[in-house]
Parts: sequence; C-alpha cells; structure tokens
Amino acid sequence: MSQKTYRDALREALREEMIRDERVLILGEEVGVWGGTYAITRSMFTEFGSKRILDTPIAEAAIVGTAVGAAMGGLRPVAELMTINFSLVAMDQIVNNAAKIHYMFGGQIRVPLVIRTPAGWGQLAATHSQTFEAWFAHLPGLIVAMPGTPYDAKGMLKSAIRSDNPVMFIEHARLYGIKGEVPDGEYTLPLGVSDVKRPGRDITIVAYSRMLHVALGAAEALAKDGIECEVIDLRTLRPLDMAPVYASVKKTHRALVLEEDWTTCGMGAEIAARISHDRFDDLDGPVERMGQVEVPMPYARNLEALMFPDERQVTEKVREMLS
Amino acid sequence: MTVTKAEALDWLRKMSLIRRFEERAEEAYGQGKIGGFLHLYIGEEAIAVGAMAALRPDDDVLTHYRDHGYVLARGIDPKRVMAELYGKATGLSKGKGGSMHMADAKHHLWGGYAIVGGHIPLATGMALANQYLDLPRIVACFFGEGATNIGTFYAGLNMAAVWKLPLVAIVENNRYGMGTAFERVSAVSAVYQKACVFNIPAVQIDGNDVLAVRDAVRDMAERSRAGGGPQLIEAMTYRFRGHSMGDPQRYRSKEEVEAAKARDPILLWRRSILENRLATEAELQAIADEADAEADAAVRFAEESPAPGPAELCRDVLIPEQESDVPEDLS
Repeated sequence: MSQKTYRDALREALREEMIRDERVLILGEEVGVWGGTYAITRSMFTEFGSKRILDTPIAEAAIVGTAVGAAMGGLRPVAELMTINFSLVAMDQIVNNAAKIHYMFGGQIRVPLVIRTPAGWGQLAATHSQTFEAWFAHLPGLIVAMPGTPYDAKGMLKSAIRSDNPVMFIEHARLYGIKGEVPDGEYTLPLGVSDVKRPGRDITIVAYSRMLHVALGAAEALAKDGIECEVIDLRTLRPLDMAPVYASVKKTHRALVLEEDWTTCGMGAEIAARISHDRFDDLDGPVERMGQVEVPMPYARNLEALMFPDERQVTEKVREMLS
Repeated sequence: MTVTKAEALDWLRKMSLIRRFEERAEEAYGQGKIGGFLHLYIGEEAIAVGAMAALRPDDDVLTHYRDHGYVLARGIDPKRVMAELYGKATGLSKGKGGSMHMADAKHHLWGGYAIVGGHIPLATGMALANQYLDLPRIVACFFGEGATNIGTFYAGLNMAAVWKLPLVAIVENNRYGMGTAFERVSAVSAVYQKACVFNIPAVQIDGNDVLAVRDAVRDMAERSRAGGGPQLIEAMTYRFRGHSMGDPQRYRSKEEVEAAKARDPILLWRRSILENRLATEAELQAIADEADAEADAAVRFAEESPAPGPAELCRDVLIPEQESDVPEDLS
C-alpha cells in the first residue's frame, strides 16, 4: 500500500481505464493542454493525445449532450464539468437525456457515461460554492457517486467508467489534496455500497464526501471521552445502500446525518425519512441533520467559516443527542 | 428526371403511407385512444422521405418530436409505430415513449426528442463516435426552424464544426414555432444564413419537392462523409395541421393554409410522376389503396395489442451493474 492523494487516485483510475479500453475518452473545458483546472488530467494530453482528450469550448450543455451522444454511439466518454455549479447550464442534458434515454425508448439505447465534477468552496461566493448532489440523487435513471477518500475515489471511478449507466461522479475541490492508502495494483469498488468507516456503539453518524472527514474528526475527539461513534460513508447517493445504516442504528439507536448541502430537501432529509420509517422501533430519539446555513454563500472569510458545521459543532450535537 | 420508376413509386408510397397513417392517428386521438400530444407531419412528408432515400440504412438519425414521418420513411413497420401511439407493449418503445419519443436503435433511429434543440448536441456526440471509431456513417439531425434560436443549436453545431464531424443538420422550416411566425422572433429568418457562424456549407431548398430533398441530402451527406465536416440544409415547407391536436390556429388565416395546400408534396410528386410517364393513374391508385390498407392494418394491430404489464413500469431504469460492458476489440 502507498499513500496517494485523492487527485492522483482519480488520475490513476482515468489512466488505467483509458489504457484498458480504447473506447474511453475525456472531454471538457481545459482537460487537455492545461491539464485540468484541478490538475486531475495533468500530463494525460501528452500521453493520450487530442483524439482521446478533447478540449471543448465553454458550453456545458454541449459538453454533456455530446458525451451522451458519444455514449449512444458506442464510446465510453468521461465528461468533466469544471465545477458542479456549471452543471446548471447542462441540466436539460443531464435530466432529460442522460437519465431518461434508456427508459424512455424502452431499454433500446444505453448511455454509458460518466460526468465528473467537483463540489467545493473557498471564498468563491454564491455562484461558485454550491453542491447539488441532492438534485441529481432525485433522478431515477442516474447513478450518483460522491466518494470521500482516495481509495474509494479510484475504485469507484473505475467502476463508473465500466458501468453501462450514466454516472454523476461528484468530487470535492477541498479533498483533492488529501492523502490516503491506495493500493498500487488493479482494484474496483462497486457503486451503490455504503461503507462503515469507523465502528462504534453509541451513535451513528451518516456522512459522505468532505463531511465524512468532519464526522471522523468529531468521532476521534469524542472517543477521548469514551463516546464511540459509528461513522458510515454513503459513498453512492443513488442508489442508496441503507443496510449498513440500519444495522448501525439497531445497535446505537441514534443517528445524525451530516451534509454540506442546504438541509431543506437534502440527502439528510431522505436518510432521516428512511430510518424513521423503516427502523422507527430502533430509535431512541429523532434522527438529526446538520448542513449548510440556508443562505447563499457569502464571500467574506469570517462569514464563509460560519456556513458549515465543524468538528466542534458536531461533537456538541452528539453530546446533546446522548444526554 | 434522375430517378428510376422504382424510386419514384417508393417515395410516393412512403409519403402516402405517412399521410394516411397520420390521418388514422388523428381519428384515434379524437376517439381518446391516443393520449398526450400528437404533432402531425402532414404537409412535410417530402422531407423525411427524400432524406431517408438519400441516407444509407446505417446512417444515424436523430429527430425532434414531430417524428412519425422519419420512422415510417425509414421503413419501420407502421404497426409498431401505431402501437407506440396507442401506448401498447408492442410499440417501438414498449409504450413508454409515445408520439414524441419514437426510436428503433436497430435501424439507427436514435429517437425523437421533445425538448426543442436538446438533441442537437447528441447528434454532435454520435458523429464524434463515428469519427472516433472510423466508421463510414454520418449523422442526420432533424429539427425545426424554431430550434435555431436556442443555445444548444449554436453550442452543438459549433463543436461539430470545430471537430469537422460527419453531421448533416436538416432544418424543417415550416414557418411557425407553435403559433409564432418565425420572422417575429428570429433576427435572421433565413436559417441557412445562420450557418455562417459555424463556417459550414448550407443550402436552402424546396422541402415540398421530394427529389430536391433527396438530391440536397445526398450531396451534403456525401460531402460530410468524405470528411467535409457538418453541413446544413434548410428545407422550406408548411404544416397543414395545427402545431398539435387542439390548436385553434388563430395565428394564420384559412386562406394561407389553403394556398399552401396547392403545393402539397404528395400532389406535386404524383403530378411529376405522371408528367414524366413513370406510372399510370391506375398504378398510382393502387399505391394509395395500399397506403390505406397498411394504415388500417396498423390501427388494427394497435387496437388488438396488449397494454404493457405492470412489471414493465420499473424495468429499464438502470442496467444491472453485472450486465455492464467489457472492452471490445476495436481493431
């Protein structure tokens, strides 16, 4: 095993799949000559050339639409949207084409497509700091992956590229630099499987993407006081794998869901509803949610810092739920 | 004329079938047997038939939602098309797509798309796949003049032009986007002139002349197939019916519609066949009768077909991951 960044893990997945399957190509803004805005495709243009790494105009609807068409035509495109904010420009292509074509035409047509895009923030203000995973997770016909570790990012991206389904693969700009164990050899991880990232007996914390790390930090701090949190990483938001969550709640009887999105109509609402409905008798109290303050993202550093729950707030919430 | 008798009669047969098929669909809609929106192609048949005659059977086709004509022109069984309109299990899309979403992937018909302009980037992508895989296929993408004021028209064709993709855009200019006359909402009302922003060849033709359509599509398709990049054809036409069923047509006069019917593409082609002595009146009558019979058989088939079973509701949402693909040898 060796330590690799989330960014390098993604690049390894892309390289390995492009070597494995000639039908895989990458298209998006600045993915070629520039090497990717977040350097995910760095050096790949030199290695694979302009046939397989396509720099596109700034035209997200056409990037996604072209990728859908290329997938229908027998390729396995990986489209990069520079940030998830720009997915709004491509929404019709994602919602009406990528997610619907297989069903709407009675299963005749397959759309083996991956749309890679990062959520994230960093003094970028209202239009550049969003995370729309709940919008995509709302859609039948789409797989929505949102890995939180380098190991998961690599294994899940490889599976996404091999999948015959359209996959919205949501990364996080603030995770690109984190390091984790990533084996050197070939491996894949299935989509649609949640993962227990830390076992515990006192409370279940459900999280994904960057909030997984907030959850793990809080769990570490609470462990010093003898409170054992079980941290479950959803990893895939559609289809949802609730089995590990239910097994955990049976043991802990309490659940807290963390998300970076606004909580209204968010993933936390869905998780809370499912636990409350399916495992009502296991619960000793209501499922709690923590997420972004319900305002557009401000620019000022001090205000931005107030937007998301941090480790301290999560530990306080857990103590409150256990008291 | 540069057509054989067999071609001339085949085109008349297909145009007549589309006309009769849609008249029967119109009746069924009135009886509540077909639901939702029904956009009739009546008056525009020469475009689908002329274009399909020019294209190879494995050229890829994407269309807008006024799509019955293309499917029938490609020779798909009218029974399965009518069954789709009826929402039956035997329909092209198992009754899940309806009038606006006709596809037959085996015949390289990749679907009718009902968000205006939304399929233009898909055509770019399919053309990219054909170029990437070094296939001799081109993509024909049909849309109305109303789609040329939306972003995907510009974004999709720009990318196709940058990459010199094998794509022919066929714009059916029937002069109205729903009830709005094109010149009222388009700064440039001759669509072929818009092609200058992509620096691609473009022509404007008489879309009611099936031979003119066949010739233009053949020329543009072969130029594109030979590496000439995307091409654009503006086919001038007129829809004789409303935008969809239940259109009161306050935006145009009866006189205008009647005047347009003097240039009915079927009448024009019939006249041309007779003038060129390619067939007798009796032969043409036999073709009309045959179209009637085929349309009737399609209705009967649709009426007698079963509705999709409840198990169909949740089928084909996602493909099971274990059925996902493995690499193919592309060499």
